[in-house]
Amino acid sequence: MRYIDEFRDAAAARGIRLRLDEHAAALRARGRRATIMEVCGSHTMAIARYGIRSVLPDVVRLVSGPGCPVCVTDTGYIDAALALAERGITVATFGDMLNVPGSDSSLARCRAAGGSVLVCYSPTQAFDHARAHPDREVVFLAIGFETTVAPIAALIHRAATEGVPNLSFLTAFKTVPPALAALGADPEIRIDAFLCPAHVSAIIGADAYRPFSGPGGVPCVIAGFEPLDILLGIDGILAQLAAGEARVENQYSRVVTPEGNPRALALMSRYLQPADAHWRGIGTIPASGLDLRPEFQRLDAAVRHGVAVTAGRSHPGCMCGDVLKGKHEPPDCRLFGRGCTPDHPIGPCMVSSEGTCAAWFKYARGALA
Amino acid sequence: MSESTILLAHGGGGRLSRDLVQREIVTRFGDGPLRGLPDAARLPAFTRPLVFTTDSYVVQPAEFPGGCIGDLAVHGTVNDLAVSGGVPRWLSVGLILEEGLPIELLRRVLDALQAAARACGVTVATGDTKVVARGQCDQIYINTAGLGEALEGFTLGPDRIRPGDCIVASGTLGDHGAAVLAAREKLALGPAVRSDTGPVHRLVQALQPLAGEVRFMRDPTRGGAAAVLNELAEDHGLTFLLDDAAIPLSAGTRALTEILGLDPLHLASEGRLLAVCAPAAAEAIVCEWRRHPEGAGAAIIGTVLAPEAGSGARRGRVLMDTVVGGRRLVDFPQGELLPRIC
Repeated sequence: MRYIDEFRDAAAARGIRLRLDEHAAALRARGRRATIMEVCGSHTMAIARYGIRSVLPDVVRLVSGPGCPVCVTDTGYIDAALALAERGITVATFGDMLNVPGSDSSLARCRAAGGSVLVCYSPTQAFDHARAHPDREVVFLAIGFETTVAPIAALIHRAATEGVPNLSFLTAFKTVPPALAALGADPEIRIDAFLCPAHVSAIIGADAYRPFSGPGGVPCVIAGFEPLDILLGIDGILAQLAAGEARVENQYSRVVTPEGNPRALALMSRYLQPADAHWRGIGTIPASGLDLRPEFQRLDAAVRHGVAVTAGRSHPGCMCGDVLKGKHEPPDCRLFGRGCTPDHPIGPCMVSSEGTCAAWFKYARGALA
Repeated sequence: MSESTILLAHGGGGRLSRDLVQREIVTRFGDGPLRGLPDAARLPAFTRPLVFTTDSYVVQPAEFPGGCIGDLAVHGTVNDLAVSGGVPRWLSVGLILEEGLPIELLRRVLDALQAAARACGVTVATGDTKVVARGQCDQIYINTAGLGEALEGFTLGPDRIRPGDCIVASGTLGDHGAAVLAAREKLALGPAVRSDTGPVHRLVQALQPLAGEVRFMRDPTRGGAAAVLNELAEDHGLTFLLDDAAIPLSAGTRALTEILGLDPLHLASEGRLLAVCAPAAAEAIVCEWRRHPEGAGAAIIGTVLAPEAGSGARRGRVLMDTVVGGRRLVDFPQGELLPRIC
């Protein structure tokens, strides 16, 4: 299959692994180790699925970042969505959100009890549903990083211009660069480099990572989701670390450009503006979210239906917050694989198909050697 | 006037019932023990021990690329007999029809059922037809039970599996699940996917000369190859190591699973066989299977590892060496991946 087979070539993988070993020897000689944060949930999943940790030199440690949009969505947001559904409003959502625990319930349980929850594969399904049921209020759960914000912005544009007055949006968008800034500044984590996301970068562009590179910064390498993409990304990072550099490098140039997708960015900024956002497990990061601009408040479900997104309650034993910051690995959590499994998730990182705990549970439980 | 759809009266025991059975069942299956529609089939005495199984089929949609619920209902049951080391002989067929079912669809399903039974060398010996009101089932459900005679020479069981044994697949994996998913969701992504629904009993019979070397066989249906191997791992403390690059996959299934992020090892096959065998016999099994069209894609996909040292309960796992040289776990599918695939 084109664009797949050439990025899963065993011989090419062996060649890259030899280079990784050389870089690792250079780092070892300087008494250095490399802690690399992969920021994107799809990277986390691919790293686990291809067993990439098991082929890396021992001086390299991969830690997973907060790159799964479901995982970083606050409990209180789920509570607000449940409050809407309990009022008879149709809540339209991507399927990943269904089993995310709120303080006391989940959308899946709400639906089983008769609540109107519509699972969408594409945001346009919410639009079509709202248009087909003009007598019902429909709220779309608008979460995600830049990759998902772009198509939802297109939906917001349609709602604003095509006159579907019963469709509104409960926003909890997140943006990647402010999160990188916060994590990079956290003295407890000490990240040596970022493996930057593929699809998010297609929207925001490679230049968005410039503030984190350069003097005092860290290497930022954008990589695709295929196993060789990821190995090449790590190769680029180790080469920079071994040479004492900190540049932005775009390994995924077949998709990502320096400036990103200007049409998508223009559409997003027409309807949305930066706002402080609360990240589950991490806390509030300034200007790391996107809210509807004041002139489009009629599309804001929180305003229109008078619901407030307040801090929710999480399971006291759940370590998702530390996992999302890369401070702990999933097996460090007492609940991992015991009370908390993909069939019975307690924390959000086990719910989402891109969650770090789900990736570990599915592909890397126990030692693999 | 002949009706074009099934009516409740077709199941009422009156004239319409009798007409339906005469026209659609007796014409197709009335030659053997069904002749004269007795209440029970009278079968000749068997010389070998019997194998006996039953399965219900509720696949949605009833017709999909590569097959339909009719041939599926034969293959599924015949294959269960075959992997138990049996030669399939007799089938019972129970039909549950929904009021409003187009009779044309019923005919296509029964034609496929008849052709599949003939190809598998099994005879429909007894049957039953019921009609339920609209909405009380989805078009058509079929139950089949199968009776077969045990082949000589096979002693199969998970407790015979040894470290060093090989795992052989008879062809591309996951095509049935992928085809049903694509048909149901009307997905047209990449190359077309066709269900692999088909019989495996000839592949089992082909192994008879090697029977002593075959430890275990299973058709990887619901839950796919991952579920078969994980059940063995969990119940018998076995550890399997698969080779990602060796797993046979059709282009269509590969494209679909890549795009949707599914693991083809979690998808069902309905015409494939997994065998665990002594290492010396693995190549011979692949050669033997490849002589048959239904085994053309046969390949050795992995091995059985020595039990893992460790504390606590003896519990095996399924591992996979990936194309980039890494190693990962192959788990059970999570939750209800795809309801009503068979």
